[in-house]
Amino acid sequence: MGNFPTTVKHCLSYEELIQDYPWLARWLQEEKRALTHEYPEYVKIVEVGPRDGLQNEKEMVPTGVKIQLIDMLSETGLPVIEATSFVSSKWVPQMADHTEVLQAIHRSSHVRYPVLTPNMHGFQDAVAAGATEVAVFGSASETFSRKNINCSIDESILRFEEVICTAKQRQIPVRGYVSCALGCPYEGPIESTKVAEVVKRLYELGCYEVSLGDTIGVGTPGSMAKMLHSVKKEVPSSALAVHCHDTYGQALANILTALQMGICTVDSSVAGLGGCPYAQGASGNVSTEDVLYMLHGMGIKTGVDLSKVIEAGDFICKALNRKTNSKVAQARAQCGYN
Amino acid sequence: MAAVMRFVKRSCFGSRMGLQCLSLSRSAAVAKLVQDGASAGKTLPERVKIVEVGPRDGLQNEKTVVPSEVKIHLIDMLSEAGLSVIEATSFVSPKWVPQMADQVEVMMGIHRRPGVSYPVLTPNLKGFLAAVNAGAAEVAIFGAASELFSKKNINCSVDESLQRFEVVTKAAKEAGVPVRGYVSCVLGCPYEGKVSPDKVAQVAKRLYSMGCYEISLGDTIGVGTPGGMTEMLQAVSREVPVNALAVHCHDTYGQALANILIALQMGISVVDSSVAGLGGCPYAQGASGNVATEDVVYMLHGLGIQTGVDLPKLMDAGAFICRSLNKKTSSKVAQATCKL
Repeated sequence: MGNFPTTVKHCLSYEELIQDYPWLARWLQEEKRALTHEYPEYVKIVEVGPRDGLQNEKEMVPTGVKIQLIDMLSETGLPVIEATSFVSSKWVPQMADHTEVLQAIHRSSHVRYPVLTPNMHGFQDAVAAGATEVAVFGSASETFSRKNINCSIDESILRFEEVICTAKQRQIPVRGYVSCALGCPYEGPIESTKVAEVVKRLYELGCYEVSLGDTIGVGTPGSMAKMLHSVKKEVPSSALAVHCHDTYGQALANILTALQMGICTVDSSVAGLGGCPYAQGASGNVSTEDVLYMLHGMGIKTGVDLSKVIEAGDFICKALNRKTNSKVAQARAQCGYN
Repeated sequence: MAAVMRFVKRSCFGSRMGLQCLSLSRSAAVAKLVQDGASAGKTLPERVKIVEVGPRDGLQNEKTVVPSEVKIHLIDMLSEAGLSVIEATSFVSPKWVPQMADQVEVMMGIHRRPGVSYPVLTPNLKGFLAAVNAGAAEVAIFGAASELFSKKNINCSVDESLQRFEVVTKAAKEAGVPVRGYVSCVLGCPYEGKVSPDKVAQVAKRLYSMGCYEISLGDTIGVGTPGGMTEMLQAVSREVPVNALAVHCHDTYGQALANILIALQMGISVVDSSVAGLGGCPYAQGASGNVATEDVVYMLHGLGIQTGVDLPKLMDAGAFICRSLNKKTSSKVAQATCKL
């Protein structure tokens, strides 16, 4: 820069620029903030271990153990704990004790206990058993819908419409789930516009929140961003949640991407309960402990006590006679480093 | 910016033209400032170089001592998988690291694929000379951002270790051998706890100034999260250009891929990882250590980032070494076998 007139050098000096144009410093800061990442201050964790987790474990868990698990989780600060599923025990024997569980758990006033209700029959049973929040489970993949619940996506939505209408009348909030949001075990990649369509339908029918499930954990930050980009055009971020499976180790990176895109509700499962039914021996749900560790490390509040979640995880793993899937729990067990 | 400069040089400074030049040059200056500020922005690199540390960092931290032929075969399989950098062994005294006692045999036994580099660890001049003698064409030195860790790990202060390394880098420069620097404990220390990002930056800067072409920033106990990673990288990239930086994330708390993603978003394009996630954490018995190369490659390819790595061949190498070690892979990608 040696050959230039001093006037030009003056112009190119940051300090001089700021002196002459004080608004510039503020403007540059704002630009920089817009280009770096903003994260939510608070993330709501939806604990799905007792339902999604236990439903996918090989071992059948005694009712007493389920109740104790949910009670321990209620003491951790988790705001939402998915308690059980009112699906026919013919299809899901692990959840056959749904009524007993729902009636026996100690319901903390700070916690919500949604239950799955695939149809009117399940909904009515759930309400009779004292459910105050329910969830319906759709799919972004036609083949998955047919294989999983024996009907097309359209037919399933009609079924849910009935549930949601009745729930609305009784002032029972309904949460929607869309599975195969990042890939289907039968169809492979799923178009993000298709995901957005199904999410929009559930939201417009009356679901207060729709959880986007990477059912086989194949998603990566790229596909997560693309899917969320499409879905956010139809449904506000405040009504969206991500339900990432860790089958390919991508869950935390995908969750991080979702947070960067304004999502502030994350589903996870204590001790990473629940393997993947489509990949023998592979992991499924992301561990609540690992999610909490990341969020807390980033200064994001959750209201959850990580140590108490680890204790609940230890309890259920002993009962299932298996090792935890949570890396944090494994490390804490030995290291003791905070 | 250069075009503005040329324009300004050529024109005469009549008052009207002068004013136009001034306003042009100012917009250019502002544009540059915004670009600099946006270096922590969202574009990901098109290509990421994977530095495979399994044969050294991985095997060094495995309980089972692996026979030399197995190590050699592993390295050969990794060479075939498209990896461009494979850390082959370590010229540390076998008294301290018995798993690497066969360093010379391994160095001489591997098939060196053209275009692939096989750096080896050299903690001091003696190790460096032995490495070069055994045919090493690239070496690595290992500093720490934590005083206590340095004392406990290599029995000297950070400063003393850097002085030792300076001897190595001088000799390496004379011999035309590139040197890679490592800084451990960049996001936390098992003894000191929190580590200041400025301390990390200082150590990285010294290694870079003494001639290391690349500095790998190691989350030695895997405690880091995306917040800490961002802060640390911001501090370090003020002292060392981002294209000379790499991240070496441990997955002890499951945070590695999220931390790597953040690093990529901040312009880092070199990632260390270990096939099958070899190498537990010596500070947390039974906990995992290195992040699995397969899982990193899966994420990068899913993001459309090129690595040159053939994932199925990499998984074959992982399966091979796990069979030899009689252990399960730590890679989730390797564990997931879809059976429909």
